[in-house]
Amino acid sequence: MGAGHSHVLYRESSSPVHRLPPEVKIVAMVVFTIAVVATPREAFWAFGGYALLVAAVAALARVGPRWLLGRALIELPFVLFAIALPFLGAGERITVAGLHLSVDGLYGSWNILAKGTLGVLASLLLAATTTTRDLILGLDRLRCPQLLTQIASFMLRYLDVLVGEARRMRVARISRGDDPRFLWQLRGFAAGIGALFLRAFERGERVYLAMLSRGYSGRMPAVWQGAGAATAGQWLVAATVPVLAASIAATALVLG
Amino acid sequence: METLAMHISNGIINGPVAAIFAALALATLTVCVLRGRRDLDDRLAPMAGLVAAFIFAVQMLNFPIFTAGVSGHLLGGALAAMLVGPWVGALCVAVVLVVQALVFGDGGVAMLGLNITNMALIGTAAGYLLIALLLRVLPRTPAGLAVTAFVSALVSVVVASQGFVLEYWLGGTTDLGSNLAGLAGTMAGAHLFIGIGEGLITATTVVTVAKVRPDLVYALRGLRPAAAPTVPAVGGVR
Repeated sequence: MGAGHSHVLYRESSSPVHRLPPEVKIVAMVVFTIAVVATPREAFWAFGGYALLVAAVAALARVGPRWLLGRALIELPFVLFAIALPFLGAGERITVAGLHLSVDGLYGSWNILAKGTLGVLASLLLAATTTTRDLILGLDRLRCPQLLTQIASFMLRYLDVLVGEARRMRVARISRGDDPRFLWQLRGFAAGIGALFLRAFERGERVYLAMLSRGYSGRMPAVWQGAGAATAGQWLVAATVPVLAASIAATALVLG
Repeated sequence: METLAMHISNGIINGPVAAIFAALALATLTVCVLRGRRDLDDRLAPMAGLVAAFIFAVQMLNFPIFTAGVSGHLLGGALAAMLVGPWVGALCVAVVLVVQALVFGDGGVAMLGLNITNMALIGTAAGYLLIALLLRVLPRTPAGLAVTAFVSALVSVVVASQGFVLEYWLGGTTDLGSNLAGLAGTMAGAHLFIGIGEGLITATTVVTVAKVRPDLVYALRGLRPAAAPTVPAVGGVR
């Protein structure tokens, strides 16, 4: 656990986007996503505008397009659902290349593809520029109930504990003659899942008691020290992206 | 062939319906926070964190069902309800969903209300109601506990998947017409298999924990003579 509490998606850098306080980035991302979702699907130009905004932020954050698009594959199941829609949708139908397709379904799949992809890209940008520790700090500063931030910070801390215990148990199995390959290691894993949980809990409980005995009271020191909270200037800088997105959405709504 | 991940991404359900469910989820989560504060003590706090981490980890394992096409992952609602109770349990699942939406882009941020309603609220509530019922009916043996965990996990997954069908019926961005019944069937069928996997994992985990540390299983509190509060040994000896 000495490697710090960053996560696989975090891209170490010191770009202007990285330096923004986390609460500002979270709000900007959420407002941007809501603006995208509120846009009528017929306003094709608006989605081009959003894509430009995402590209600009990505360039500013020095996140490469290959990395972004590769990580965006998480959306794949919904892309397949989107492809099925033109065949399943009701109402008016047109014929394209010999296929009877529902017009409503075609709009529907465009809608899911465009809005889904923009949403995924926006959260990937947040993830790439913010460590999980900062993310929880940001949520706390946004007045998220302490119970939730506490569960979240323990969750992230215990993920490492869980992965570490799983690795130890795997090594233990192998050194006792188990020969895990591909799918067969699932069986050993499934049989040991209860034990894994218990071991991880007992280790986690010790971590928790160690924290308590060092003065932990439900919030991390960085939070109640209050240093580094966003200034008005930083809010203004970060507001440019969501404000632009919101005006695009408003224009699209008025024109549509 | 339809492939559905459990997390609804942006643009699947229209804005107004998403907003209504977001308000609903927010209101219910507030109740959960208020009730959960009462439950959370020194034993439950690390447990809640671990349950959330465990659910987070198993949600990463997407397992394919049968040949191809449909894949899904575990939800963990019943497991959370069993180990930390319905209030904190729902919060654990909700936290997992929020972090996944913010950090991994799994599930649209604008659709968080829908996802939380399905997986954190409906899934946990259905699971907990069944747990409460079955624990009264079934014998208090490890086998009875295993059956309780299995059935409640299975049912909670299928019920949660129908939450998506309801939402799609209310505000799907594409009118599926009569295919909606097909969607309901596909969702129920696919999640029956996910539910079996979920049920097995929930049952093994809960039974193991109940065997070694029954004091850690929230659902068993009050059913047995209260165990002496475990005082952690000095220096963390097991």
